[in-house]
This record gives sequence, C-alpha cells and structure tokens, in this order.
Amino acid sequence: MTVVQAGPERATATAAPLAPRAGLWPSLAAVYRAQLSRARVARIPLLFVATFQSIGIMIMMRGVVHAGDGEAARSVVAGSSVLVVAFVALNLLAQYFGQLRASGGLDHYATLPVPPASVVLGTAGAYASFTVPGTLVTAITGCLLFHLTLAGLWVLLLVIPLAGAALSGLGAALGLLAPRQEIATLLGQLGMSAALLLGVLPASHMPVPIRWVRDVLPSTYGVEAFARTLGGSGSTHWAAVAADLCVCGAVGVLSLALATRAYRRAACR
Amino acid sequence: MFVSTGTEETAAPTVATARDAVCTVRGLVRTYRAGRNPGRPSLRRGREAAPAPVRANDGVDLDVHRGELFGILGPNGAGKTTLVRQLTGLLRPDAGTIHLLGHDLVRHPDRAARLIGYLGQESTALDELTVALAAETTARLRGLDAPAARAARDAVLDELGLAPLAGRPLKRLSGGERRLACFATALVGERPVLVLDEPTTGMDPVARRAVWAAVDRRRTAHGTTVLLVTHNVIEAETVLDRVAVLDQGRVIACDTPAALRALVADEVRLDLVWRQEAPLGVPAVAALQPLAEIAGRRWTLRLPQDRARAAVAEVTGGPAFAALDDFTLAVPSLEDVYLALGGRGTGLVKA
Repeated sequence: MTVVQAGPERATATAAPLAPRAGLWPSLAAVYRAQLSRARVARIPLLFVATFQSIGIMIMMRGVVHAGDGEAARSVVAGSSVLVVAFVALNLLAQYFGQLRASGGLDHYATLPVPPASVVLGTAGAYASFTVPGTLVTAITGCLLFHLTLAGLWVLLLVIPLAGAALSGLGAALGLLAPRQEIATLLGQLGMSAALLLGVLPASHMPVPIRWVRDVLPSTYGVEAFARTLGGSGSTHWAAVAADLCVCGAVGVLSLALATRAYRRAACR
Repeated sequence: MFVSTGTEETAAPTVATARDAVCTVRGLVRTYRAGRNPGRPSLRRGREAAPAPVRANDGVDLDVHRGELFGILGPNGAGKTTLVRQLTGLLRPDAGTIHLLGHDLVRHPDRAARLIGYLGQESTALDELTVALAAETTARLRGLDAPAARAARDAVLDELGLAPLAGRPLKRLSGGERRLACFATALVGERPVLVLDEPTTGMDPVARRAVWAAVDRRRTAHGTTVLLVTHNVIEAETVLDRVAVLDQGRVIACDTPAALRALVADEVRLDLVWRQEAPLGVPAVAALQPLAEIAGRRWTLRLPQDRARAAVAEVTGGPAFAALDDFTLAVPSLEDVYLALGGRGTGLVKA
C-alpha cells in the first residue's frame, strides 16, 4: 500500500489498490443463507401465524361455501394459500426493510463492496422461501376441507417462487421507499389485507371497480394460476395458467428492479 | 477556525506531511434541514416552514497519516458521525474533498467499501445472526471466497475470544459482547483503513483490551490506519496517536493528546464534593463559587496550580472541611482542553 498524495487538488500519482468487489452470485448466496438462518431466531412464530391465519380463514369460509369443485371453493383455497406468501413476502419484508432503514442497519451492507441487487434478491429470496411450508400446509388442508383434487398441487412449486418474487419485490420496495418505519408497516399490512380480500373472495361476485383493483394486484395472478388447477388436470386451462405465471414473473422482475433502485437510494445519500 | 498546535504539523514540511497522508479532508461541509437526525436523515420532504438549517460539518480539515490511530473526539451532536458517514461513502458532502489512499471519495463514494473496514453504531442487520455467521457473511460480502471467509471467521473469533459465543445470535448477547461481535465483523477481510465508531461502548475491560490488542496487531503487521470516533476522554488519552477535537461541526484542535493537554498544563482540575449544601458562610468557599461548574453537590474548578493549592488548603484546613465529603486534584484531561478551547457541549465521558 503506497500512497503518493501531493494534495487534494492535484491528481494522484499512485492510488492504493482497491480490494475486489464481492460478486453478485456469491454475495446473493451469502445474504440468502444469512437471512434464512434468521428464521430460527425470529421468524418461526410468524410463520405459524401466517399459516394459522390462512387455515382459520378457510375454516370460516367453509361455513358459507360448499365443498366440491366450484369457483368459490377454488378461490378460497387458492386465495388462502397465496395469502401466506403475501403475509410473509409482502408484509413481513416491508416491515423488515422499513426497520432496517430506520435503524441504520442498511449501513452494514452499504459499507461493504456488495452489489445492491444481491442484498435485495437474497433477502427477498429468503422471505419467499419462508413461505414454502406454510403455503403447502394451507393448500393441502384447503383441498381436503373443500374436497378438491391434490393433483395440481405441484403448480405451487411455480406459484410460490413467482408470486414470491412479485410480492417480496413489492414488499422490499415499500419498506425501502416509505418515509417512515410506521408507514412501511402500514403499507405492508394494507397490501396483505388487499391480497386477503381480493384473493379469497370469488372475482365474479365483485363489482367492476373492485375487479380492476384485483387485476393490478400481483398476488391475483398467483391465486388465479393455482385456482385453475384445483379442478383436476382434465379441466385445467394450462395456457391461462402459464399466462398468469408469466404475469407474476414479469411483475417480479419489475418490482425487484424497483426494490434494488430503492435500496440504492436508501443506502447512500 | 482550525487550530493546529502540533509539533508534527508545524515542524514537518508540508510535502512530507502530505506524502504520509492516508486520508486528507479539506473544507468538508454537510448541512441538514432542521429537525432531521444528523446521523440518519430521513427522506421526508416536509412542507412545514423549515427553521434554519443545521451545519453538522462546517469546514472540516483533517490529515490522517499512515499507520496512525487517529481519534475524532467530541460530545454528542458535534458532527462526528456525520463526518464518518461521509468518509465511508454513506453520505455525500455538500462541499469539500475527501481523499483516501489516493482515491477521491466524493467523486467515487463506492470505493470506500473497498478500502475501509467500518464499524458503525448499529447492529440491526446482524442481530438475528449467530456470531459465526455474522462474521462469515460479512467476510463473503467483503469479497472473500467461501474457504477464505471461513478461515477469516475462525481466526477473528479466536483472536477476540469470541469462539465460545460463536453459535449464539447477537441479540441474545450482552451489550458489550454484541459490540465485540460487531467489531469482529469489521475486522474480517483485511482493509488498509479501519473506521470505528465508538467501538468499545458497553464493553468490560477484558473486551476493551481485546479490541486494542487486535487493532495494534493490525497496525504492526499491516500498517493499518485506524480512525476512531469517541466521546470518551480517558480512552482518547490512552490509545490515540493524535486526536481531532470536534465542536459544533468544526475541528477546534488537532494534535497528540499530550500536546493538547500541554495547552492547559498550567491549570489543574479541583473537584469538591460537599456532604450537603456548600458552606457559603465560609469566605474562601464563597469566593470559589463563581469559578465553579456546579453539578448537584459537586463543584468542578479549573484553576492555576498555585491558586488550586491555596484553595485545597483553605477548604481542608478551616471550618469548610466539616462540610466536605470528598475532593480530588487532577492534571487536566482532554475534557479540560475541550472546554479551554471554547467547546460548548458537555457530553464528553470519563469512563
């Protein structure tokens, strides 16, 4: 480390070598692993809450919705399953980033040579992963409760990451852009409430303006994709499922890009 | 006002000083709109009529030399954290320049992360990780590959005596242990410069010794330069090579602790603690009252040596002695220097 600094105004002859940057994928993996480990310390009670909330809603709805294949039963089961994703990836992640930003916790990452995308994607990925057990348990319970087929359950393996990307990107962006921590929490809660009301209730019973709101909510497309498969593979319109999943994926890319921009803005002023 | 009392800076030619400089700061200004937290400004765009803006840094000049343990001392609100956040690329200055190891950090704030190991005051990003994972993840994010990160983790945990706590989450540790674990994350992945914002807060003496020993090892082995932010005058006097005293966003003095103390060498500090009320009926005590800084039953006086001797004789020899609970006579500390230089805060800590 040699330095020749002849004064701030003049150009420097030799500058000290810079340490290498951390690569995108290694640092994404490191952030993902670290975030996932937080589940053991902080997240497990909340994951139970997310699952019990969805199962509770389904039990409640069982009183007014008939079992067997039908739009209402599909909506309730698919909506409740995706609600777990919304609870964790949207609501909890908005709260986490809001808290991190308010408390100065982002400084830790901002003073390391790590690409912003790896922090956002690693954290969002971990939160989406937290939702896997709860979503599966909710979906299986729902299918049994409403006598729906379990044959289409595999589609959750696509729904969870894609809806997880869309909702966690949105959650991260809300948490990082909200001017105050309380507002981040509020926005996360509102997003989850919207996913609950607009996902669980059958769309055909909604007034047209509410359906427009439902159409702009990214969780809707995850709900739709899963709901379409609940009638059994014979009656599933696979092209529509693929289209719904594509919307989730596209929204995921956009919202994660927005969250990365929001992170840059929040981390360095 | 930039006061330089040092032998190094006045005696050495400018060019020699500049050649040694690892970090050169000139005319650094950072202003916050009033009502914002200087350390962490919010993004709120308030529409309320804003009071006059606050200059958290008001023309700061610094030269930090290679291998130095350089301190930034000042009470809370003096602008220390704002200065450090600009040095670490977290905050853009309104005006001024920062050159670190030949790199212009105002133009390229992202380079700070590749030159500096930083210990901030907050640990929220790490609180729910185990000590081992916090160190390993930070090493990975400093660009080390997986085996190197694991090796760096093990080495630093052993060095700081943290190995028995490796599997415990930071939030379940005591304040001092948590601080030490955060310090460990600042050390993994060698950097030529360490910036430590109040690293020993809440630590017991054993942990403090571990911190200073680790810092010394890096200075000896790699010539690491250390910038230390503190409001603890005892620590500043014992560990620092040079110290910049910050008050209301300005450097009011910059020199070795000994040279700064020499500024007030003809004074001593006399602390008198009364049992109850001070016996103001005694003329000698009444005469001291206007000179004293009074905090409850404690009077602090900064007096010329002969005057202090006379005052001690008066209060210990006459009727005032019955009312006296305790007294101490001490050589001046950096706190006395700070006050003698016109420092207006009272937030320095002696512990």
